Amino acid sequence: MSLTDTAPRRIPDRLRSPLQDKLVSWESLLLAVAIAIFIVNSLASPYFLNAWNLSDATFNFTEKAMIAFAMALLIISGEIDLSVAAIIALASTAMGVAMEMGAGTPMLVLVGLTTGVLCGAFNGALVTKLGLPSIVVTIGTMSLFRGISYIILGDGAFRGYPSSFSWFGQGYVFWVISVEFVIFALLAVIFGVVLHKTNFGRMVYATGNNATGALFSGVRVDRVKMTLFLLTGLMSGLAAICLTSRLGSTRPSIASGMELEVVTMVVLGGVNILGGSGSIPGVVIAAFVMGLVTFGLGLLNVPGIVMSIFIGLLLIGVIALPRLWTMWRKNAG
Amino acid sequence: MSHLKSREAILFGAILCLLFVVATRFPAFVAPGNLVAVFTDTSPLMILAMGQMAVILTRCIDLSVAANLALTGMVCAMINVAAPDLPVAVILAVSLAMGAMLGAINGILVWKLSIPPIVVTLGTMTIFRGIIFLLTEGKWINAHEMSPQFTGFPRADVLGMPVLGWIAVLVSIVMLVVMARTTLGRSIYAVGGNPHAAVYTGIDVGKTQFAAFVISGMLAGLTGYLWVARYSVAYVDIAGGFELDVVAACVIGGVSIAGGAGTVVGTLLGALFLGVVKNALPVVDISPFWQLAISGAAIIIAVAFNAQSGRSKGRVILKSAEHAQ
Repeated sequence: MSLTDTAPRRIPDRLRSPLQDKLVSWESLLLAVAIAIFIVNSLASPYFLNAWNLSDATFNFTEKAMIAFAMALLIISGEIDLSVAAIIALASTAMGVAMEMGAGTPMLVLVGLTTGVLCGAFNGALVTKLGLPSIVVTIGTMSLFRGISYIILGDGAFRGYPSSFSWFGQGYVFWVISVEFVIFALLAVIFGVVLHKTNFGRMVYATGNNATGALFSGVRVDRVKMTLFLLTGLMSGLAAICLTSRLGSTRPSIASGMELEVVTMVVLGGVNILGGSGSIPGVVIAAFVMGLVTFGLGLLNVPGIVMSIFIGLLLIGVIALPRLWTMWRKNAG
Repeated sequence: MSHLKSREAILFGAILCLLFVVATRFPAFVAPGNLVAVFTDTSPLMILAMGQMAVILTRCIDLSVAANLALTGMVCAMINVAAPDLPVAVILAVSLAMGAMLGAINGILVWKLSIPPIVVTLGTMTIFRGIIFLLTEGKWINAHEMSPQFTGFPRADVLGMPVLGWIAVLVSIVMLVVMARTTLGRSIYAVGGNPHAAVYTGIDVGKTQFAAFVISGMLAGLTGYLWVARYSVAYVDIAGGFELDVVAACVIGGVSIAGGAGTVVGTLLGALFLGVVKNALPVVDISPFWQLAISGAAIIIAVAFNAQSGRSKGRVILKSAEHAQ
């Protein structure tokens, strides 16, 4: 994601660079980190190694990861969506309004997903039809979408969702395997296949590496980007359903700041913030890393805002360390 | 340049229209005293927008300004609690220095490690807020703990306007001179307008971006003290989400997010537009909950408007330079 399209984008030639080996092993490095965190956590707290506690821990990342999968594709294509948390707020509010009007669970799900897709379409249209930079557009829609929630709800809240609706966020498919975890796992497979095994996936990479080149190769760049904005909206709608169902209520401040955690998850997963490279397995492992870190710190009674320091450091550190490493190697060699 | 000027005229006209519409129903809103109050109320936004403008002109963005404001404001309040007799001048110096230091952290990461500014400042935004919590354990510092001279300074009346408003005027004049009459100001425009050409001209792109972040941080720090003193309270979440208003003020004021285009006067008018809207809403009896959606819509309309007016692209006559982006 660059702030401008007028300057030619400099793409490092990964195929011949010594960086490649590192990028190939980024996922394995991340996996090692995840295992290390797991071991440290189980040593630090006696409550960590318990099937139900670990199952609870997955709720720390399942909703964010749903969005992170779509966001990964969007960032690989060279765009970004900072309005995802606001879409959750608006979709959740829309579901609340539908519930007040007497909608049943299937209708609520439909309303949530439709709101998400419409928000994504709005972002996508502004970016592809008017050619506006996605970062400013989504900073604007971030205020707009959440602002609409505030207009509808004020300082109130929606409560009293039907009991069957709680299945999404509180239900279990089998023993400790939650519904949300199953959705997360299914989406991981679907997004992995789409990005790594289909034509569309190749188009996403092509768009992110060189949008002009992709256009001349017959990739309908705008259509790819539009699809990805719709997909990000849809996933935000899905996350809104799960989160609303899990909390059992809607406030306009729901999921505030979640966009940061989603972007962090994607970047931690090895996706290049400037577009063009990244993988779904990386994002999956990053989801586990972030979930385990926040859960472990939670068990040690570390307050949420202090955890956000870790998330912020993680976000900067993950990008800074490889760059420091290459700088150091350049100076040494 | 001509369309930039006319754009400011349009914005100025929009503000006048807004005032006129409100005045037809509530004449008291445009009484001089109230206009001064609106101006003073908008001052923090104007000061922050001046710094943000410099950053956006260099093709970067600073989302950490509100968190910087909150952290510096909290530190000033804590210093005041520890040493109530410290003169305000020292507090002002501390706030400027500390804000500049926090801005320099952003700047170094962008300059030396070339990490995208949005990532850097999203990260430092949460880190700064987290540090406030670590410093205070979530406690508030309230009015009765602060000394009267500490809280009195921004509210002191000089020639009919509080000091806070005069500081905004002073900062604007300084920025006007810096952007138009100094090497740094011209470099900031050059770097944003065409980084490759800027390198050929002998301008260090990264260093200029660093300088812009330091300016933005310094002004955020200054606003931090003024904010805490004006509202006589300091806690973790002060000015939460204010960074979006600041970016909105710049975008509405005609600062191009692609860098290189934008003026001090336009940015000030953008901030004033938001300030008038914010202050007019309760007067015309619209719920303040509308404000967030209105700033969001204003950002989108303004950026669409900017894109339409800046559609002419020149021919590329210089090859890309090394070290530019």
